Amino acid sequence: MEQQPILQVENLQKHFPIKTGLFAPGGKRTVKAVDGVSFSLERGTTLGLVGESGCGKSTTGRMIARLMDPTGGRIVVDGVDISQLGGRDLYHFRRKVQMIFQDPFASLNPRQSIGTAISAPMVAQRITPQGGLKNRVKELLEQVGLKAEHYNRFPHEFSGGQRQRVGIARAISLNPSVIVCDEPVSALDVSVQAQVVNLLQEIQQDTGVSYIFIAHDLSVVRHISDQVAVMYLGKMVEQGSRDELFDNPRHPYTRALLSAVPLPDPRQARAQEKIRLRGDLPSPANPPSGCVFRTRCPLFTTLGEEQKQRCVGEVPVQAAAGSPACHHSTLAGALAAGVQ
Amino acid sequence: MTQPQTRPTAVAAPAPKPASAPRAVMTGAFLEVRNLSVKFPTDDGVVSAVNGMDFTLERGQTLGIVGESGSGKSVTSQALMGLLKGTSAQVTGEALFQGKDLVTLPEAGMRQLRGRNIGMIFQDPLSALHPFYTVGHQIAEAYLVHNKATKKQARAAAVDMLGRVGIPSPDMRFDEYPHHFSGGMRQRAMIAMALICEPELLIADEPTTALDVTVQAQILDLMSELQQETNSALILITHDLGVVAEVCDDVLVMYGGQCVESGPVDEIFYNTRHPYTLGLLNSMPTLTTGSGKLNPIPGQPPSLLALPQGCIFSARCEYAALAGDGVCESQRPQFTSEDGHGTRCHLSGPQILSIRNSR
Ligand SMILES: Nc1ncnc2c1ncn2[C@@H]1O[C@H](COP(=O)(O)OP(=O)(O)OP(=O)(O)O)[C@@H](O)[C@H]1O
Ligand SMILES: Nc1ncnc2c1ncn2[C@@H]1O[C@H](COP(=O)(O)OP(=O)(O)O)[C@@H](O)[C@H]1O
Ligand code: SF4
Ligand code: SF4
Ligand SMILES: [Mg+2]
Ligand SMILES: [Mg+2]
Repeated sequence: MEQQPILQVENLQKHFPIKTGLFAPGGKRTVKAVDGVSFSLERGTTLGLVGESGCGKSTTGRMIARLMDPTGGRIVVDGVDISQLGGRDLYHFRRKVQMIFQDPFASLNPRQSIGTAISAPMVAQRITPQGGLKNRVKELLEQVGLKAEHYNRFPHEFSGGQRQRVGIARAISLNPSVIVCDEPVSALDVSVQAQVVNLLQEIQQDTGVSYIFIAHDLSVVRHISDQVAVMYLGKMVEQGSRDELFDNPRHPYTRALLSAVPLPDPRQARAQEKIRLRGDLPSPANPPSGCVFRTRCPLFTTLGEEQKQRCVGEVPVQAAAGSPACHHSTLAGALAAGVQ
Repeated sequence: MTQPQTRPTAVAAPAPKPASAPRAVMTGAFLEVRNLSVKFPTDDGVVSAVNGMDFTLERGQTLGIVGESGSGKSVTSQALMGLLKGTSAQVTGEALFQGKDLVTLPEAGMRQLRGRNIGMIFQDPLSALHPFYTVGHQIAEAYLVHNKATKKQARAAAVDMLGRVGIPSPDMRFDEYPHHFSGGMRQRAMIAMALICEPELLIADEPTTALDVTVQAQILDLMSELQQETNSALILITHDLGVVAEVCDDVLVMYGGQCVESGPVDEIFYNTRHPYTLGLLNSMPTLTTGSGKLNPIPGQPPSLLALPQGCIFSARCEYAALAGDGVCESQRPQFTSEDGHGTRCHLSGPQILSIRNSR
């Protein structure tokens, strides 16, 4: 029997109202931080979420953890739409989805001991573990590779890697089904990063938890993910299985993104095909019409007038879960072959 | 042991020369660093941040400096830029830039070199941009320092450079203040400020670490382009081995304030000699590795307050037991170099290789 995915996100939206000074001509203006994102996450697997900074990855993650209310769309966790939950229901839902941040201590009280910090979610959820709270925290400390004696230590006494372990201990304390990891290793040295990535994978093997893994380091994403989803300016442009997406990227943006990754192998790096994007991510308050990528799309510049009109006038959608949101992605092969 | 160089290359000098070596033997390198050390007296004791660095760099070359957080990369560059003068830091050794010793050069002389001959891109962009002046004004001022130009020409040059580092609508952005810029844009503005001076030597400390890969690629391309135009030398400090593989000619690997391995980039990646470099390379996921376990280096970097007597890496080194007689714990290995590829280890390159092959 096929199991339903642990998480399904359908047409998710977050439009932030913009505070305009005097009056806003043409009605209310919004920042479309996330604008119609859909994907699903299978049990016990990892979905990597990548894209340029500001493209809406964190906003998507925060909505899934319901740290932020969506303005549209559905978030189905274990068969239940949680996008509109409030009050007691939302309170109970918190056990199911947890979040790990880039620096978990940025949001923590420096005068609170590690033990207190890790107990906090269990205290908030009024959970009394077997054997007592303190024992459970010590167990968690050991599970994430710290020591029970760290219980009474304070945040400033910990290195970046150790802090991230504390963040992980907090996140797994409630046995969640999904953990949203937002740039969990971006601030760490390669060696410490490897320790934390290994730890996340071990926890997944032991508990069957599913991850949304947000990162800008594509090598780490490739290493840890089963599925990868690529976002651009609030939209999903392409998604697929890890190897499919990395070995055969079809959307012009995905191609550009992958070709920009510096390869830690000098010979490969010299041989690598390089597609360079010009300019910046456009403002999500004023996205381009039609395809949001058209202002920077390397394929667009090679198109004929009629084809260009389609990019300008019509929003491309993903025809199927695995297909790229591009009107002309079949031509993208030509681009890779050097027709530019 | 010193080999005649077949091409200009940035490699660690052989065994450390006595600091009193006469200047007359100067090789005429563009930049030659000898036995550079930096100590910071603190309440807890003396922090030995840099411990006897040796390397040379020629024009047109890019030297990558890699190493863990706290290994002394930034402090090395601060010492070269003369930024530790007038602080409690004790800087010793030599750093000869076209024959001038940057370590002993008085601040006035240093100020002349900075901006005009030596440029720096800092890890933290806020430290380089003044909050009270517009971004464009600061870049134009930097341009005027070494170009005879009108204000209008300087503005045009600054706008052009802002565009080249990927700031959208540079003409409009020229008149904005640093706090109007996002972190990534500030980083790019600072890069523009450093590049517009066309320095002969550019020291870039994690210039792209805070940026997206697509922007990083733009900036790295731009830096290489300008380097070729002006035949300048570049020191690129980074912890990203991908960036190193992509843009560097030579690599210097730091650990505990020492250079543990240095040489041409292909040598460092394909003929690795030092156990720490091997650990660094092994701990890294790549775009092509599978999803098995990563291999982090166990343990933590040494305390710089009390460096071990023997090899600084010994507490974490899986080869230490194989060197025999506890030599790794008792004796600090010397830096030895062969064919421009140097390493600081009691085991030789071939010994390391045969141990690796026998596993
Ligand atoms: N002013 C100072 N006083 C005391 N110690 C210092 C000072 N500046 C730096 N250090 C110490 O010197 C060591 C090397 O620091 P440095 O900034 O060079 O590291 P780094 O290699 O650049 O690391 P990162 O990758 O994190 O930037 C660190 O242990 C640091 O704490
Ligand atoms: N509270 C907010 N109000 C207005 N705009 C916001 C807010 N939070 C995020 N944004 C905007 O939404 C977009 C997506 O942000 P984010 O999800 O943080 O991107 P990412 O995590 O991919 O870097 C950005 O343009 C950002 O400036
Ligand atoms: S729809 Fe057009 S502009 Fe958009 S990615 Fe495809 S080719 Fe480029
Ligand atoms: S000298 Fe010994 S401890 Fe140091 S790197 Fe070599 S083998 Fe390892
Ligand atoms: Mg984010
Ligand atoms: Mg640094």
